[in-house]
Amino acid sequence: MTCLHLLLTLVFAVSLGTPVEIQRPRGVPLTKKQFYEESKPFTCLDGSRTIPFDRVNDDYCDCKDGSDEPGTAACPNGSFHCTNAGYRPMFIPSSRINDGICDCCDTTDEYNSGAKCENTCKELGRKEREVLQKMAEITKEGFLLKQQLIEEAKKGQQEKQSKVTDMQENKKQLDEKVEALRTVKETAEQPEKEAKERHLKAWEEQKAAIRLEKDKAKMAETFLELDDNEDGFVSVSELQSHAELDPDADGTLTEIEAQGLMGGAEQVDTSTFESVWPKIKDKYHSEVSREEADISLCLCVVQAQPTIKTPEKTHEDEEAMPPYDADTQALIDAAQKARDDFEEAEKALREMDDQIRNIEKELSFDFGPDAEFTYLYSQCYELTTSEYIYRLCPFNRVSQKPKYGGSETNLGTWGSWSGPENNKYLLMKYEQGTGCWQGPNRSTTVKLTCGKETVVTSTSEPSRCEYLMEFTTPAVCQEPANIDPSPHDHVEL
Amino acid sequence: MEGPEVLLSLNSRGLLAFEHLRLHKDTQAQADGAEVKESVDGDQQQDEGKKDEDGESEKEEDGLWEETFKSHTDTKPNGPTSISLDFSLPGVEHVYGIPEHADDLKLKTTDGGDPYRLYNLDVFQYELYNPMALYGSIPVMLAHNTQRTMGIFWLNAAETWVDISSNTAGKTVFGKMLDFVQGSSEKPQTDVRWISESGIIDVFIMLGPKPSKVFSQYASLTGTQSFPPLASLGYHQCRWNYNDQEDVKSVDQGFDQHDIPYDFIWLDIEHADGKRYFTWDPHKFPQPKEMLQGLMDKRRKMVSIVDPHIRVDSGYKIHNEITSKDFYVKNKDGKNYEGWCWPGNSGYPDFTKPEMRAWWASMFAYDQYEGSMENLFTWNDMNEPSVFNGPEVTMHKDALHGKWEHRDIHNIYGLYVQMATAEGQIQRSGGVERPFVLTRAFFAGSQRYGAVWTGDNAAEWDHLKISIPMCLSLGLVGVSFCGADVGGFFKNPSTELLVRWYQTGAYQPFFRAHAHLDTTRREPWLFGPENTALIREVIRQRYALLPYWYQLFYQAHKTGMPVMRPLWVDYPKDTATFTIDDEFLIGSDLLVHPVTEEGSRGVTAYLPGAEEVWYDVHTFQKHNGAQNLYIPVTLSSIPVFQRGGSIIPRKDRVRRSSTCMENDPYTLYLTNKTNGELYIDDGHSFNYDTKKEFIHRSLTFANNALTSSNLCPDCNFLTSSWIEKVLILGASKPSKVLLKMDGKETPVDFEFDTSMSVLTLRKPGMNAGADWTLLLQ
Repeated sequence: MTCLHLLLTLVFAVSLGTPVEIQRPRGVPLTKKQFYEESKPFTCLDGSRTIPFDRVNDDYCDCKDGSDEPGTAACPNGSFHCTNAGYRPMFIPSSRINDGICDCCDTTDEYNSGAKCENTCKELGRKEREVLQKMAEITKEGFLLKQQLIEEAKKGQQEKQSKVTDMQENKKQLDEKVEALRTVKETAEQPEKEAKERHLKAWEEQKAAIRLEKDKAKMAETFLELDDNEDGFVSVSELQSHAELDPDADGTLTEIEAQGLMGGAEQVDTSTFESVWPKIKDKYHSEVSREEADISLCLCVVQAQPTIKTPEKTHEDEEAMPPYDADTQALIDAAQKARDDFEEAEKALREMDDQIRNIEKELSFDFGPDAEFTYLYSQCYELTTSEYIYRLCPFNRVSQKPKYGGSETNLGTWGSWSGPENNKYLLMKYEQGTGCWQGPNRSTTVKLTCGKETVVTSTSEPSRCEYLMEFTTPAVCQEPANIDPSPHDHVEL
Repeated sequence: MEGPEVLLSLNSRGLLAFEHLRLHKDTQAQADGAEVKESVDGDQQQDEGKKDEDGESEKEEDGLWEETFKSHTDTKPNGPTSISLDFSLPGVEHVYGIPEHADDLKLKTTDGGDPYRLYNLDVFQYELYNPMALYGSIPVMLAHNTQRTMGIFWLNAAETWVDISSNTAGKTVFGKMLDFVQGSSEKPQTDVRWISESGIIDVFIMLGPKPSKVFSQYASLTGTQSFPPLASLGYHQCRWNYNDQEDVKSVDQGFDQHDIPYDFIWLDIEHADGKRYFTWDPHKFPQPKEMLQGLMDKRRKMVSIVDPHIRVDSGYKIHNEITSKDFYVKNKDGKNYEGWCWPGNSGYPDFTKPEMRAWWASMFAYDQYEGSMENLFTWNDMNEPSVFNGPEVTMHKDALHGKWEHRDIHNIYGLYVQMATAEGQIQRSGGVERPFVLTRAFFAGSQRYGAVWTGDNAAEWDHLKISIPMCLSLGLVGVSFCGADVGGFFKNPSTELLVRWYQTGAYQPFFRAHAHLDTTRREPWLFGPENTALIREVIRQRYALLPYWYQLFYQAHKTGMPVMRPLWVDYPKDTATFTIDDEFLIGSDLLVHPVTEEGSRGVTAYLPGAEEVWYDVHTFQKHNGAQNLYIPVTLSSIPVFQRGGSIIPRKDRVRRSSTCMENDPYTLYLTNKTNGELYIDDGHSFNYDTKKEFIHRSLTFANNALTSSNLCPDCNFLTSSWIEKVLILGASKPSKVLLKMDGKETPVDFEFDTSMSVLTLRKPGMNAGADWTLLLQ
């Protein structure tokens, strides 16, 4: 193994159809060939020292920068250049030289390891060209689509802008209308209120008269009831038969108590009964309508059980307010109409406000430098995997739902664009999703790549509760550079 | 006794005790969870041979015939069976060992607190500096003073408690000085008491007197560290979980993109189909062989987890076979014992049965473990065994292994799991290839079957710190192949902690990063280019030193010497080393003081040995021994020193995996007046043992001649590795250098760095297996 590894490579390259041989030390790219001249001592590329040329690629590291061993693994920081004719040239760390693993498609990295490598450059080149071509087509078409998207977005944006302007104009008018209607309403409500109050007052008075009338009738009725012996007088003993009138509530109405109620008299006639009546009317239980009275005591229960027919109904009807007179009703109707008009206008104003806010919100989103992402707004895209249905609603939220039933989990709501500095529009970040057990809130990064269609192509959870979604859209397609359709026929010389 | 000196006495405190077996009386004592050990406190017996005839007269205590712990009941059909014995160690102030505990290297006295407990348990988020039981148990204690090292091996696999007391423990340094001045000092003494729940008193005393003697004496009882495949000493990338084949592939590529070496990528429980071990999730890992072949093409390997709890599922081959062969552990009623673990309801194979182990081993055959290949190795987790719904998350003590209760064998269950698994790997290769199996539970002797890690630690600085004494303690009692989860298992480490952990882990025997399912991803390149570079650098340091690690494991395998050692093992008379557990030796020749403090700007390392000199391996600066050296540090620093008088063989051409470096040349780092060795074999087979296919050379540097001579003349192994460089530290400049080989002398180019006195011999070029001499003139 001490043999020198100063093997010169023969590079066959195809250029303009003519094979050319270029000699240089193993692992040196053409761009650096000039530093490796066999006739001269070699100076490390960092200038740190000069060594005899036979120490270049002698499998011992002399230069700190590794430049004396471009073709061996001797230097820890060296790099090896493979030409990879037919594919793309590359540098590999020199630790990958002769490590038994084929890294260069032209097999030049494994010249002494026994690894059986096959030259796959042509195949790789072909595949890469296919992929590039496909990519180029996609990019081309995608870019065209993007132009349309930009066009539409701009149109849409203008429309929305002018719509907002219009709406704001309309809103002003609406504002005025609302104010005007408010005045109309208030103007109409004043006479309405007064008329209603008048009506109410009249009715109250009427009610009082009726009540008085009723009271009198009841008093007369009671007198007759109490006057058991029908002698035209109610006596103390007759009154005593109504124990409920007991003033001290000890259960018995004594003679003295009864006498007291009767103002000291032994008996009273109909006219003097008038002074007794106020003292007893609240407690008095009518003898004939006792049952009825019980029911009225239990009114609450009755009301709670509306299926039971109540005998109070007519009684209530008596107490209902009579309908408004025509004038009052006309005032009310007028006021109601003013109210309705006002409310309607106010509602319209609110709706208008909402609409303006929504459009303004939409306009405030960063839809990209040319608004090319506008079309994604208020759309949703789904991807079904073996277990879940993933749903991406751009600028809104990401969610996950088990395929076979179960509730939806929020994987994050719209946060921000978070791509690299040179193009932040390559990544979207959705944050503050449903919390994980003993963990953080779920979040999702959406990686955008150029594609003709707008689809979610994959999802994964690289870290617990941190999701990664891949999403293709024409909106990120870059303008295709005018490249030579077959760039790899030219190998660098 | 040694002369008039008493070295150790047994039962001097009269704590020898045992419960003789007796029949259950009908007086049913109601259980209330009384500690078993309390039941032996009362009866003190003087003679092991003499049966205690009046045991019947003892007061019946609670818990003798049945105990409850939380909702669990231990029926204790045999009643109390505990045993105990005390050992007095006159002249001893330092005792070590009895892992596994998350505690200092030097054992503490347990007066007034709980004893050290040995009972293999799956502990959720364990506490540090605590004598509580953890995943493994090795009932071996070492006692050390400047005159002698001894060991006590209490061979018992039941739950065991160790009480330690010392007559000097409470004394301050001043108190000790006062004793010394007054000359009235009583001799320092450490008293130790061992208590086990069942079994017999079976004790081995290792008399030393040198530490190396204790190691070989103990190795003669339980065997030495298995000689691991070289690749397993490389870096391991693990995570719960690498989600699918695509994930594995992209992590693998990530290492290449960032030019970081690694040898093993690991799959945790989610890889299996419904936690049915020996199977693959059909959606996430549909083509395991394709994945393994992809890794093999990169000369890398994989580990899949195989736990000993078996999903009870009539559609699962493994379960059906164990059931039909009647290999499950039984419950107290003789039915198959079932408990909850990752797959849900699970059975536990009875690994104490040799037939069961043989069958288990056969399951690793390539045609049985479908989708496995020769670069797939195994991880045995949860083998305490972990039973989620069992008492203390383990198996009921009255479960049955044949006629033995689980109580009797608990601590050795995990050992048998790893034993059977390692045997399976050996068998699948026809006995040719060395196995690699990682275990969480262990017992005395587990070193014979593979590696051990310190279980589910956390991403905290204290956990980084504790990894050192935890692995040192294991090394002292035979288990050299030890490591802690780099980065910490639970929680997310800060970037600084992660970098420091890589720097520490790279210098510990088993080097694996691992992380909990709920943590964020932490592959080495996810923390910015500066930190990627720091981690890359330290992993490269590990790979450059693999030849040294490998030959230390060879020595450990041959002699029982620990690979990662406390300083006192090599400096047994230097009392300053006795309690050091923030630095350690790798072999005799590398001293490592990892930075384990957040925001550290410097560490003070103790360089042992009044006669020694130590060379900073990064700067080649020379320092004298027997001093505390302050070393300023930055985030890139990892203080490592090479002992003067040693030779460290390195492979400085670090590649993407250890296998890729197989044929690479060596660089020898040495100093004046040197002895060293060089061991080389194929790195993976038993041929070193069965066919003597290895190279073992002695390297000596004396009288200006560095000579390689054969330590094994009848060995035969050919290597294509050669010597590309020799660095002599602390050298003077010669006028010329000659290589004497095959009777010829050829001049060798050299360079001399005057500022650091480093002589570099340029490309002497001899084959690493040859006889040669380099003459400095």
